[in-house]
Amino acid sequence: MAETIELTVARYRPEEETEPTFQSYEVPYREDWVVLDALNYVKDQLDGSLSYRWSCRMGVCGSCGMMVNGTPKLTCAVPLSDYVSKPIRIEPLQFFPILRDLIVDIGGFLGKLSSVKPWIIRDNDQSPHEGEYSQTPAELDVYKQFSMCINCMLCYSACPVVGLEPEFTGPAAIALAQRYNLDSRDQGAAERLAILDEHEGMWGCTFVGECTKVCPKNVDPAGAIQLYKRASATEWFKSVLLPWGSR
Amino acid sequence: MVRGITPFLWTLFGAGGMVSALLFPIHILLIGLVFPLGWVDAPDYDFLHGLAIHPITRLYLLALISFPLFHWAHRFRYTVYDVFQMTGGRQLIAFLCYGAALVGTVITIHTLLTIG
Amino acid sequence: MSEVEQRLAGGAGPYHRPISLWWWLGNRAYLKFIIRELTSVFVGIFAVLSLWQVTALSEGPEAYAAFVDRLATPGFVFLNGAVLLFVLYHTITWLNLVPTIVVVRLGGRRVPDGIIAAAHYGLWVVLSAAVAGILLVR
Repeated sequence: MAETIELTVARYRPEEETEPTFQSYEVPYREDWVVLDALNYVKDQLDGSLSYRWSCRMGVCGSCGMMVNGTPKLTCAVPLSDYVSKPIRIEPLQFFPILRDLIVDIGGFLGKLSSVKPWIIRDNDQSPHEGEYSQTPAELDVYKQFSMCINCMLCYSACPVVGLEPEFTGPAAIALAQRYNLDSRDQGAAERLAILDEHEGMWGCTFVGECTKVCPKNVDPAGAIQLYKRASATEWFKSVLLPWGSR
Repeated sequence: MVRGITPFLWTLFGAGGMVSALLFPIHILLIGLVFPLGWVDAPDYDFLHGLAIHPITRLYLLALISFPLFHWAHRFRYTVYDVFQMTGGRQLIAFLCYGAALVGTVITIHTLLTIG
Repeated sequence: MSEVEQRLAGGAGPYHRPISLWWWLGNRAYLKFIIRELTSVFVGIFAVLSLWQVTALSEGPEAYAAFVDRLATPGFVFLNGAVLLFVLYHTITWLNLVPTIVVVRLGGRRVPDGIIAAAHYGLWVVLSAAVAGILLVR
């Protein structure tokens, strides 16, 4: 039974170096530890200068996403016991600029989220006196899966298009748009389609499917995007075959 | 120009993907392996020709050839962008791919019209 | 400015990791993706082969006999063997992804992906049997 396990952790201190480096740490191997516990041990006991994001440590806040042996993961959800005999390589989320150590610049991602108008859009707002907008369980079921996103950005690190085309809106943002498009209370589908019916929107996606594979919340962003392509194609045919029809 | 009809091109890609997924394996198996290797006697010219001139068969053959060509064009175009990390020259690649599929479609239509 | 602030201000800034030219080779999932996309080349090849067949058919018995002889050569048999393998990979990956697009809702719930996929595999078998039936039983 192993006593310790080795972590190989990416470091980047912009005030000292121009390129990232790696630093190794030997941490205790505990069966009930996850990778985040090991990082916290490093910070508490070995090297207080190591910088990284984390919060809830239970897979709901989306803060602790990092590359663990080349795969994007929530470090609070990866047991050390998955990696007993080999060093664990921990790097910042792929395809994002590195600010320091394991911390990436998420400004671009946040901009992409707001660009899809992620709120209920109405042609005519109901006044509070008219009561609430009703929604049946069946109507909720249509978009609920896409509402489970915790903005952890693992899908962006899994998607090669995000890496190859930095302007690509990306899986989480497009799934978020679909969350509202498919919400029976929303009337903004046409507005969002105008934004995302572009190469930087849904058409940059080539259905690699890795986003869905790494998502810790089973949002299935790849599915959201392909359904969006189908909706866009339907709208295209409607506009060509029935040009007089109103939306 | 191409961006405005992307949803249409994607539909052609989907149709071609479905046609080739469902029908190509059996066609390749028979035409490419079973008949040339003599595992089963190949149908003779008169039978095939008689089958091909039927209007339904002509439509079938048009779908069998044209949709998969557009499936290749769309998929290959994006793969070239990704593998070679192209930022410039994309319009040319798109034009060459869909152009080739269109040429193939036109030749197919012409051949099917004169097959009688 | 404090010494730390001075050091940070003069620092290198956010680091952008370059994407390798071989990004799709280093990762098993990406490699399988590119192979899947390249099956389209073999789909294109067979579409052209089918066009050749139809052209030969329209040019008469001698032309068609020449086509049949060409296809029996080792080179073409090998090519068609490869085409069949890659097209089968296309069929399987395609049919497995169909449930993503074909979403059927019954009684307020989504019909499970497995059922949609199974229906399409069944369709594949039925259509293949129909084509084989027409070409083999004359």
